[in-house]
Amino acid sequence: MEVIQGRPIVPGMASGEALVTNEPLSFWGGYDAQTGEIIDRRHPLSGQIAAGKVLILPFHRGSSTTTAMLLEALRAGTAPAAILTTGIDPFFALASIVGEELFDKSIPIVSISKEHAAAIHTGQRLDMAEDGTIRSRGFSF
Amino acid sequence: MALRLTDKDQAMLSGKHGPATQMAMRILVRMAEVYEADELLDIVGAHIDSSIYVGDAGLEYAERLASLGAKVSVPTTLNVTGVDEHHWQEWPVPREWAEKAQRQADAYKSMGAIPTWTCAPYQTEHKPKFGEQIAWGESNPIVFANSVIGARTERYPDLLDVCCAITGRAPAVGLHRTENRAGQILVRLADVPERLQADDSFYPVLGYLLGQIAQDRVPVVDGLTVTPTEDQLKALGATAASSGAVALFHIVGVTPEAQTLEAAFQGRPPQETMELTMADLRATREQLSTGAGETLDMVVLGSPHFSLAEFRQLARLAVGKSQHPRVQFLVTTSRIVRDVAQATGVLQPVLDFGARLTVDTCILATPMLPPEIKTIMTNSGKYAYYSPGLLGVRHVYGSMADCVESAIAGHVIRDESLWK
Repeated sequence: MEVIQGRPIVPGMASGEALVTNEPLSFWGGYDAQTGEIIDRRHPLSGQIAAGKVLILPFHRGSSTTTAMLLEALRAGTAPAAILTTGIDPFFALASIVGEELFDKSIPIVSISKEHAAAIHTGQRLDMAEDGTIRSRGFSF
Repeated sequence: MALRLTDKDQAMLSGKHGPATQMAMRILVRMAEVYEADELLDIVGAHIDSSIYVGDAGLEYAERLASLGAKVSVPTTLNVTGVDEHHWQEWPVPREWAEKAQRQADAYKSMGAIPTWTCAPYQTEHKPKFGEQIAWGESNPIVFANSVIGARTERYPDLLDVCCAITGRAPAVGLHRTENRAGQILVRLADVPERLQADDSFYPVLGYLLGQIAQDRVPVVDGLTVTPTEDQLKALGATAASSGAVALFHIVGVTPEAQTLEAAFQGRPPQETMELTMADLRATREQLSTGAGETLDMVVLGSPHFSLAEFRQLARLAVGKSQHPRVQFLVTTSRIVRDVAQATGVLQPVLDFGARLTVDTCILATPMLPPEIKTIMTNSGKYAYYSPGLLGVRHVYGSMADCVESAIAGHVIRDESLWK
């Protein structure tokens, strides 16, 4: 097992397959909270189901409603298992914080370096601990 | 550095100002830590985007705060809601959606916020002033307030804007602070003819490209030789905040913090400089359309919400003409602007042309479009950006004049001469 150390913005444990993109994503107009599908037709992950996966992206884009959409997905059980961003993304963090406040459902939001993000590939299984460590077999450093 | 709270902040956090304020402060404090703020600052106004209904979770949040007795503590405007309160039944909006959206709207209204229901609050009497600290939600008012007015707001996500409105406080970070308002990248316009610069259709295209280039940085545009109108700046910002995470732009000689190039960069050198050519702009204009040469089902104008000046412009284009009977023509605006347009006589020619109005909301925020609508045309870069994903329609971008001509003809017509 190899380890990446991330910085927990909203701490938590999660496991899932990685879904990686270099493109920012707006959840409003970009994420279907009923199915967990990425529906921004200009986005490279268009058509992928992110529900239950560990979504790795630089940051969110555009609309203020990204947070509200992620909160809907949290309530509906269609959210990613965790979101890793390169840098701190308050929009994702807020959805997770409010999810915990309202209905005790939150997902880990973790900040990792660009180098670490580049070492993770789609489909790889990740296990994330409360302290921000991410374990997997074979990161491609 | 750890977050320092004032005695009043502490009192709110410990519940001395009631349970709703306590919940708002609890969320705000956790977020201030996410933002790595040292302290909170006082705000003089807020704009709440959380009013937009997207599902049960957002409704539960609004009703939880309202049931705890939440009240806003600063003058607060409300963004679009999920339903046109008085006209939704004219469209195929499901009753359950309308009722829930209305419940969410009522919850925010009960907090004492002003029921403006618009994404262009800066074109009403509730416009902030230069230098004021505010907490605004919705990407387009945020970029307008920062860039065109010079008020100061960070890019607030839905759900947090209301916490700021209730507590009157915001994390002292980001664009609230002078040093973070300096330009970061310089974008020079190389060979854009003045005729195109003066045309409305130029600004969404420039905004789209600017958003792609800048992402979350502050871009400075140099080389405009005409002075854009307020609506042109509104369109530029709204599109840049859709294709990128732009919350502040400067235009040298135009926007208030960019009287000179040096002022725009606060005397620092740009991180990056690039030239935009007509070839770049032409390519971007094509990206704003996903359909072409189509029969047209609907023209939609008004994202951000149509202003009085835009009604005047549309009235001039439409007066004495009628749209093709097969084409629908929709303008989305606020109640406030609709009433003024009616009172000043610029609404009637638009209605006589065959246009319909939707207020309080827009095609992206309420499920109003009939399923037979397959191809829409708009002059809005924001509609162009979001409608393929949110509505699943084909989309053609053109100027307001193109939209009117196309609606009359029943198929897409675009004046290409400006873009040669």
